[in-house]
Amino acid sequence: MSIESNGISVIIELGGGAELLFDKKKKHSVNLPGNDWTIQKLLFWMKDNLLKERPELFMQDDTVRPGILVLVNDTDWELLGEGNYKINSGDTIMFISTLHGG
Amino acid sequence: MSVIIRKMDEKELMNQITELRELLRIKEAQLVALRREKQILQDYGLSNGEILRYSRQIFLPEIGIKGQIKLKNSSILIVGAGGLGCPAALYLASAGAGQIGIIDYDDVEINNLHRQLLYAETQIGTPKVNAAAENLNRLNSDVKVIPYKIQLDSSNALNIIKSYDVVIDATDNVATRYLLNDACVLSNKPLVSGSALKFEGHLSVFNYNGPCYRCIFPKPPPPETVTNCGDGGVFGPAVGTIGVLQALEALKIVLDLPHVLSGQLLLFDGLETKFRKINLRGKNRNCAICGEHPTLHKLIDYEQFCGAKANDKEPKLNLLKNEDRISVEEYNTTLKLGTEAHLLIDVRSAEEFDICHLKNSINIPLRNINNNEKVTLIRNRIQEIQKQHNDASLYVICRRGNDSQKAVKNLQETFKESNIEIKDVIGGIHAWSKKIDSTFPVY
Ligand SMILES: [Zn+2]
Repeated sequence: MSIESNGISVIIELGGGAELLFDKKKKHSVNLPGNDWTIQKLLFWMKDNLLKERPELFMQDDTVRPGILVLVNDTDWELLGEGNYKINSGDTIMFISTLHGG
Repeated sequence: MSVIIRKMDEKELMNQITELRELLRIKEAQLVALRREKQILQDYGLSNGEILRYSRQIFLPEIGIKGQIKLKNSSILIVGAGGLGCPAALYLASAGAGQIGIIDYDDVEINNLHRQLLYAETQIGTPKVNAAAENLNRLNSDVKVIPYKIQLDSSNALNIIKSYDVVIDATDNVATRYLLNDACVLSNKPLVSGSALKFEGHLSVFNYNGPCYRCIFPKPPPPETVTNCGDGGVFGPAVGTIGVLQALEALKIVLDLPHVLSGQLLLFDGLETKFRKINLRGKNRNCAICGEHPTLHKLIDYEQFCGAKANDKEPKLNLLKNEDRISVEEYNTTLKLGTEAHLLIDVRSAEEFDICHLKNSINIPLRNINNNEKVTLIRNRIQEIQKQHNDASLYVICRRGNDSQKAVKNLQETFKESNIEIKDVIGGIHAWSKKIDSTFPVY
């Protein structure tokens, strides 16, 4: 058995209301097959496997919609190459819908 | 007859209380002035009264006499006197900030009081900024509070902001957040930004040796993805936590303390009592307002830019043709003829449905209206009705008559093959309470 076939495990966290689209669950522990994963690829995987409703409120074109921040291990994905960031096993990837109320 | 007498009593009493309050206000002001005359002023600019009052924070090496003088000379602008602005204002005034400006267009409403701690029941109906100024001055008569009962917009923002050192964004809508950001960048002022909804809150400082709001959010969110506190709900201590932290960051800026929350975002989850600090991208060189070659050189039309109004009030939607709508009076007549030949769907949340509902209604929240299970349920009920009455109608009700129209649009699409009549009840539960049954609570 190669390590590759075991896949990688990541934690997906959602907040700021984004969790409402994902079965109202703020935390999803998932195993991704293979080890060649970018966030870009993860977005589509989430859309097909985790998203429960209204995909247009999560994605626009091939990225997240404006107003959603993506963080890898508490760091803005823009500092890490955005969609091209290569996911490591054990990463926590967070999707935060920004709040506007007060 | 007794009702009329009671109403007269209430009005008379309220007038008397208002007069007494005004008398009290005058006497209190006289007392403050009298005491101030007797104050001994130290040559570094603080009075003995101030030294005693602020001694517990002057003891802190980060503050000291120098810091207290900085606070006394500071001017801080709070935009939005709601769940964020109230606690922020209380802490700023208590700490001895010299001047606090407060901008808000609204009057105090009873549904504000669970989280907006600056206001009392007796101030319902009065402008928030006036009530805030009165209460803050009762808390600390040394603070100069400047109330602005205006809607902040592109025509007035720069002129107001220029008199302040720090701006606190305690607003409730996207358009004003972009307006404030751009105005702060153009005026070179730090912006302490807070936001909250339900049990969550966000906090960051923009345009302070780091990115601005636009650097992080170059494009506004689609309007349909934005939820306000009036619809989504908000928990007082959660929004209050963020408001208090906004005061903390504003005071740190005035005091020139390090570790201001610039380039970072604090996430607070009150349900799990969890704080999380994340590292944001830096200043964006291509930012439209603060970048190297900005494309924006003056304030723009932010309602147009965001596709949403600069307040958190629900606009009255008009999505349907007249024949697809029914007034509460007409619906009441239909009800009197019997409830069998139609189905009434209430599309509010389960929590709102629990507050009050029409007896014959069933609850399917708008967000679930397209769920297969719910569609099947509606289809089955319609078929039952059709069996008995040949004809079936579908009516939809909500709180104010906006969501019900969206639901009708959805249902018209779902049931476009069958020729059932689908209508929304104009004005929703609010109209029902106003015109048909006043025992229904309005919220
Ligand atoms: Zn910027």
